[in-house]
Amino acid sequence: MTLALDTPARPEGTRAPSAAGLRATARILARPDSVGLTRLPVLDGDGPLALRRVGAPGRQARVCVVGAMSAPLGGDRLGLDATVEAGGALCVTAAAATVALPGRTGEPAHYDVRLTVGDGARLDWLPEPLISAAGSDLRMTTTVELAPTARLVLREEQVLGRSGEETGALRSRLTVRRAGRTLLDQETAYGPGVPGWDGSAVLGGHRAVGQFLVVSPDFDDRPADVRLLGAAAGERSAADEGQGVLAPLAGPAVLATAVAPDALRLRRLLDEAARSAAAG
Amino acid sequence: MSRAALLVLADGRFPAGGHAHSGGAEPAVTAGRITDAATLETFCRGRLHTAGLVAAGLAAAAAAGHDPLLLDDAADARTPVPALRQVARRLGRQMMRAARATWPSAALDALAAARPRGAHQPVVLGLAARSAGLAPLDAAHAAAYESISGPAGAAVRLLSLDPFDATAVLARLAADVDRVAQQGADAAERVVAEGTDALPAASAPLLDITAQQHAAWPVRLFAS
Repeated sequence: MTLALDTPARPEGTRAPSAAGLRATARILARPDSVGLTRLPVLDGDGPLALRRVGAPGRQARVCVVGAMSAPLGGDRLGLDATVEAGGALCVTAAAATVALPGRTGEPAHYDVRLTVGDGARLDWLPEPLISAAGSDLRMTTTVELAPTARLVLREEQVLGRSGEETGALRSRLTVRRAGRTLLDQETAYGPGVPGWDGSAVLGGHRAVGQFLVVSPDFDDRPADVRLLGAAAGERSAADEGQGVLAPLAGPAVLATAVAPDALRLRRLLDEAARSAAAG
Repeated sequence: MSRAALLVLADGRFPAGGHAHSGGAEPAVTAGRITDAATLETFCRGRLHTAGLVAAGLAAAAAAGHDPLLLDDAADARTPVPALRQVARRLGRQMMRAARATWPSAALDALAAARPRGAHQPVVLGLAARSAGLAPLDAAHAAAYESISGPAGAAVRLLSLDPFDATAVLARLAADVDRVAQQGADAAERVVAEGTDALPAASAPLLDITAQQHAAWPVRLFAS
């Protein structure tokens, strides 16, 4: 005899009528084959994290994260694990911004991203912004483990509130370890319950904040130059265009940090940083 | 332990070079973000709960006897712009000279030998506290308080702010200082089980951006 499943299968885009949040972990494994194309032996979406392969197999495999339902909601525990094995190349993008929304119970949502990149491999992690909607409470972690000769390009953007609304509570930690040593460890905390977050030492009234990180063994011999971005570079304009800095870390990496009034102007600053980092 | 030793360590006249630094207040004044006591308080509250919290955790961990070189690496990972890493090491070197003269110890000598150009200041502060017989929570208090007393003192000079008003700002933030020091000391207790990842890593984007910008100014009143 067969046992009935507790939870009947439900179509994508709907949610079980349960007060408790959902648990879902999506997995990506990228591995180079014998002719140098990167294959995706594991491409497992889960719950709201649907994964789509983009384009034909090539030296670099490309994956797009497609939000299949609204998430994360309060109480959800989401995870995304991506591994690029030695010599592989993977680029992960997203179809749309992720919106953190309030749940029914007032519980915080958790979203944990774990990225692992092997020797000689490269990961481009370029999701769309994370938007913290009013009343939401999200704790996010992004943990990156890099082999000594791994390369990483990572963009992270946070938008505090949808248009014209207050922000939710958003706590996000980015930890990057390379060859077992911590290269970068940064936690941002914004919104209700966080003292001083909106003040002149932290965001100064800006509602979009982001980072663009490049880790590469190339920086071992040739550390990146410091570059000021937007208003920090002294480019004066009537509208506040935001400001940022691109600067080397204490290790073979360069990080841009930027704040801006909105997502559009933030992306402009981070794109400027990306061009500058690529030019060296 | 001696409570008076904490007063000596946290005294603004302790000869560790802090008076030459504004903790980001100078660029904030120039940008019009600090204009009076109320905006100084907002600035200080943000700095206390970010840079101050990170410093409190590092100082408490050093005072508890954790490996100062691992803590120095943890401080590097929490300081993403070179201008602030250089300032932290310069202040650490000056703190080291003052601490070795005040409370000599083998641990201070060893760190000075291992980091001749200076370790990050909160790590040296914590080790100085340990040499003075102080507890990790004391070191966290000194670090947390210093994260706002520097900008408050600088604002008096930059804005000709009434010193009474600036001191009232510090007094209004006293409960926050206690809370941040406790958070730093609690995190330091978790280092045994979890390693230095347990330490706070709170970031303040504008402090990072404006510190790097300020370092390039041809003329400035404060070194940082």
